[in-house]
Amino acid sequence: MTETVIGHRTARIDGELKLTGKADYAADHNLPNQVYGYPVPSTIACGKLLGLDLDEARQAPGVIDIVHRGNFPQLQPSDNNPACGAAARLYRSPSTMGEENKVGEVRLPFEDDGIHYEGQYIAMVIADTFEHARAAARLVKARYEVHEAVPGLFYTDDEGEEAGDEAVSRGDPAGAFDAAPVKLDQTYTIAMETHVAMEMHASIAHWEGDRLTIYESTQGVVFQRNALAQIFGIPPEKVTVIAHYIGSGFGSKLFMWPHAVITAVAAQRVGRPVKTVLSRQQNFCNAGNRPASRQHMRIAADRDGKLLSIRHDSYNETSFVDEYTESIGSGTPRVYACDNVSVSQRRVKVNHGTPTSMRAPGEVSGSFALESAMDELAIALDMDPLELRRRNFADRDPSADLPWSGNHLRECWDDASRRFGWDQRNPQVGSMRDGHEIIGWGMADATWEAMRSHCSARVELRADGRVQVACGTQDIGTGTYTIVAQTASELTGVPLERIEVKLGDSMLPAGPLSGGSMATATVMPAVAGATRKAIERLKQLAVAEGAPFAGKEADALEFENGALSDGSQTLSFAELLDKLQRGMAEGEASAAPGEEKDKFSFRSFGAHFVEVRWDPGISRLRVARVVSTIDIGRAINPLTARNQVEGAIVMGMGMGLFEATEYDPAGNIYNNNYADYIVPVHADIPDIEVELLDSPDYNFNEFGARGVGEIGITGMAAAIANAVYHATGKRIRDMPIKIADLMEP
Amino acid sequence: MRHFAYQRAGDVAEATALHGSDRSADFIAGGTNLIDMVKLDIMRPERLVDVNRLPLTAIESLDDGRLRIGALVTNTDLAYDERIQADYPVLSEALLSGASTQLRNVATTAGNVMQRTRCPYFRNPSRPCNKREPGSGCGALDGINRNHAVLGVSDKCIAVHPSDMCVAMAALGATVTVEGPSGVREIPFEEYHLLPGDTPEREHALSDGELITHVTLDAPITGAKGHYLKLRDRASFEFALASCAAVVTMDGDTVREARIALGGVATKPWRSFEAEAALSGQPASEATFKQAAEAALAGAVAHRDTAFKIPLAKQAIVRALTTVTAQ
Repeated sequence: MTETVIGHRTARIDGELKLTGKADYAADHNLPNQVYGYPVPSTIACGKLLGLDLDEARQAPGVIDIVHRGNFPQLQPSDNNPACGAAARLYRSPSTMGEENKVGEVRLPFEDDGIHYEGQYIAMVIADTFEHARAAARLVKARYEVHEAVPGLFYTDDEGEEAGDEAVSRGDPAGAFDAAPVKLDQTYTIAMETHVAMEMHASIAHWEGDRLTIYESTQGVVFQRNALAQIFGIPPEKVTVIAHYIGSGFGSKLFMWPHAVITAVAAQRVGRPVKTVLSRQQNFCNAGNRPASRQHMRIAADRDGKLLSIRHDSYNETSFVDEYTESIGSGTPRVYACDNVSVSQRRVKVNHGTPTSMRAPGEVSGSFALESAMDELAIALDMDPLELRRRNFADRDPSADLPWSGNHLRECWDDASRRFGWDQRNPQVGSMRDGHEIIGWGMADATWEAMRSHCSARVELRADGRVQVACGTQDIGTGTYTIVAQTASELTGVPLERIEVKLGDSMLPAGPLSGGSMATATVMPAVAGATRKAIERLKQLAVAEGAPFAGKEADALEFENGALSDGSQTLSFAELLDKLQRGMAEGEASAAPGEEKDKFSFRSFGAHFVEVRWDPGISRLRVARVVSTIDIGRAINPLTARNQVEGAIVMGMGMGLFEATEYDPAGNIYNNNYADYIVPVHADIPDIEVELLDSPDYNFNEFGARGVGEIGITGMAAAIANAVYHATGKRIRDMPIKIADLMEP
Repeated sequence: MRHFAYQRAGDVAEATALHGSDRSADFIAGGTNLIDMVKLDIMRPERLVDVNRLPLTAIESLDDGRLRIGALVTNTDLAYDERIQADYPVLSEALLSGASTQLRNVATTAGNVMQRTRCPYFRNPSRPCNKREPGSGCGALDGINRNHAVLGVSDKCIAVHPSDMCVAMAALGATVTVEGPSGVREIPFEEYHLLPGDTPEREHALSDGELITHVTLDAPITGAKGHYLKLRDRASFEFALASCAAVVTMDGDTVREARIALGGVATKPWRSFEAEAALSGQPASEATFKQAAEAALAGAVAHRDTAFKIPLAKQAIVRALTTVTAQ
C-alpha cells in the first residue's frame, strides 16, 4: 500500500539547506569577473532632471562605468545617443498578465527626463566592489527643476480616473439604500504599506554573446524571462531567469522592477557580469507598495439585519509612470447575500513609486471596510455581529449565479466562536476588564478567491532510484518544493528523501507565478500528470520486446511503491531501468483550469476572532489573542499551510496597528527602514490558534486544494478595529490605528 | 562607504594621541550607531580610532559608594551586573528596554551616551537638517514629526535624544569622566548633553579629541525604589514615544525624595526638577503624581504630530510613580 504523504504535516524538504546557509538566494551568486552596480536615486519627488555631474564619481576608486540617460539605450535610438556596447534600443514590455510579461513599472529606466517619485533611478554606478559603487553613487550630483509634488492620496482632492473594468452593479443599490430603515454611510482609509520582505531585491546579469542569464529574487521566473525578451527584443529562449530560493516577496517580486533592466544593460556595456543588490531604502521606493486607499461604504439593512444595499466606492494611489488598479471591492458583491450592490474603483496619480500586489491585494483592503461596516451595522441594529453575518450568509455566489464549490463559512463561524468563547462576550462597550486593562472582543470574516493557472512539469524516474521533478515555478518560502515532492511521492510511492525537486529556473517547463494563492492548485495537477506520464512511459518500456515484461499489456501492469508488477514478477523502476540499460523514464505534462469554472464559484472563507487589551492609563494597545478557522479545501501540507495563515494574521496585525509608509508634504519618504517602518515583532505576537477545516474541494482539482497564502490577512484589520471599538467605544476607520486616536482628550 | 583610515589604540593615552583634535576623526567602539550613520552617508569620518582594546571594561565600586562604569562595558553586561540590578534597577530596566539583544551585546556605555538622534531628516543626507548641516533648515518642523520632541525644543531642531540608558542615568545622577589633549576632567551628567537652541550641531560638552573613559553613578539613595517605563507602539525593538525613569524614597505614605527623568519626548535626557519638586514631601497619591506630571510637561511645545506626546508623557510619569510607590 502506498504511504499517503499528501495531507500530512511535512517538514520543508529544503529546511536543512536554509538552516545551513546552503540555499542559494539571488545575491549569494558570484560569477567570475563580476562587478557591482549601485543605483543613484532621485532625491526629489517631482520635477525634471536637468543634468548630472559625474566627474567626481567617475574618478572615485574602483569605478568602471556610470549608466544614465545619456548613454542608456532608448525607445527611439538617435545619433546623439550612441548606446556603445549595449543594445541599440529597448522596447517597453507589453506588460500584460495574458502574455505573462507584466512588469512592475512599464516605464523603462531613464526613458524620459521627468522625475516622477523620490527614489526613481537617475543613474547606476558600476564598480569593482559593492562599497566602491555605493561610495561613488553618492558623489553623483544631480541638477533638478523641482515641481510641486502630489505627496499622496490623503494630500489631494483629485478624484482620479475610473477603472471601468472593476465596476459591478446589480439591482438598485441607491433606491434600496434610500428606502432602508437602517443605514450607514462612512469613509475608511488605509495607509500605504510596503512589503519589507527580509531578502532585498537583487539582480545578477550575465551576457554570453546574445544570451542573457539573470539571477533574480523573483516570484515569477517565466514572467521576468518574457518581459526581458520583450524589452531587449530577443527570443525568450535567449533569456534565462534563475531564482532557486526567495526570501519572501509578498507580491513585491511578482513583476520585474527597473533595477533588473539597468543591471542587464550595464552588464552588456561593461562586458562583465553585474550584481545589483538594492538597499533597504531603495526597496521602499522602487519595488512596489500597497497603495494608500480610501473607501466610501454605504450599506443598509432591514430591522432584522437583512442586507438591502451595499455601495462600495474606492480610490487607490497609482504612479505617474504606470497604471495600477487595486481591486478593492472585488470581494464585496460575493461575500454576503444582498440583491442591490455596486462597486467602483478609481485610480489617483501621486508621486510615489508604482504600487503593486501586496498580500491579498484589493480584497484585504476591501474587507477592512466591509467587515468594519458590518460591525457598525450590527451595533446600529443592537445585534451580535456574528449573528448579523449569519443572517446574510450567501447560499450561492450572488455575483455569478453559480453554486459555491464549497462554502464552509458557517462551520468556520461555529468552530472559531466556540474555541474563542464568543458566547461569553458582554456586548457593552468597555464592560470587560482585567486590572488596568479593558478587554475588547471583535470578529470579522476572511475570504479569498480560489484561482488556478496553467502549468507544465517534467518528471524523471531515474535508474539510480531517484525521482526528479522539474517545474518553472518557484518557492518564495511558502513550501512549494515540499508540495511538489509530496505530489510525486504520493503518486510513485517513492519516499520524499529520494525525490529531487528543481524549481526557479525559466529553462524548466513553464510554471506559474508564486502569487494569488494559486501555486499549489496550479502546480500539483501538472506534476501529477507528468508523474503519470513517466509511469506510463516506464510501462511501455517494460513491455517492449526483450524487456522484462515483454508480451504483457502495459495497462495490466501495476505501479506501486516505486515498483512495477504483473502479479508474479515485481521490479522497482531502478531495477527495471537498469535491466533496460536506460537512464530514465520521463514524462512531461501540462494542466490548466477547465470547465469547472463555468459550473462552480470557487472561493475560500474563514473567520477571525480577536481579543485586544487597551490600557487607558498608559495608552497601550495590544492584541492578546487570535482564534481563526479557515477553510482552504484540503491542506496538502498542514504544517506549512498553518504557517501561512499564522504569518498572514501577523501581517494583518501590522495593517491594523502599525504599518504605514509615510510621505511628508514635500513628497519625500519618511520611514524607509526597518526601525521606522513598524511591523509586529515577536513580542507583539499573541497566541494564534488556527484551525484549518478539512473539506477537500475536488471540483477545483483532483487534490482538493485551494490556496492558502492570502486569506489569513483578510479581515484581520477589521477584527482588530472591531475589538478596539468594543474596548474603547472609538470607531477607528483609518488604518493603522494610532494610540493618539484612542487617547481621551 | 567612503574610504577612511583605521587605527587601533591600546590605551587611553594612545587613543587620545591618535585622535588629537582632528575633527575628521572619530572614535569607534561597538559601532552600532556610527557604522549605521557612515552607511547612510551622514557621518563621513576620514579616520577611525578603534578604542575597543582600551582597558575600560570594568564596573568598580568606589569607596564613597559610587559605581564607576568603564566606557566599554556593554549594555548587556551593565544591565545584568548584580550591583546594577540590586542598587540601580531603573538602569537595568532602561537598558533592557532598548534595542535588541544583538545590539546590546556590542553597544557600549560611552557609545550609548554618545548616541545620536533617530530623526529621519537628520538621517537622510538629502534632507535639510540644522544638526547635520548647520543653517540648512529643519525638515521636521513642517514635516512629519510624530517621533519628535516636545521638551527642550528650539526653532532650529526638535530631534529627540533616543537613549533609554541615559534617561535612567539622568534620574540616578552621574558624572562623565573624559580625557583628552588637555587632560582629564569630569562633567556632571546633567550638563553633558546640550539643548539644541541655536546650535543643534553641538550635542554634548566634549571638546575636540576628548574621549569618555567612565560614567560614574552617584551613590544609591538609601531605601530608594526605581522603575523605568517605556511606552511605544509595539512591544519591543522600537524607540520610546515617551518613557519615564522614576527613583523614589518614601517616609511611610509620603514621598521623601523623587528623581524623575523623561525619554522619547525631549531633545536631551530630561531630568524634571519640576516634577521632583511637586512630589517631595507630598502624599504618594494619584493626585500628587498628576500634579508632578503637569509640572514636568508645563513647558512642552507641540508640533503637527506631537500633541499626543504631552498627555502620553504624563501617563508615563503617573504610571511609573504608581508602580514604584507600590513596590
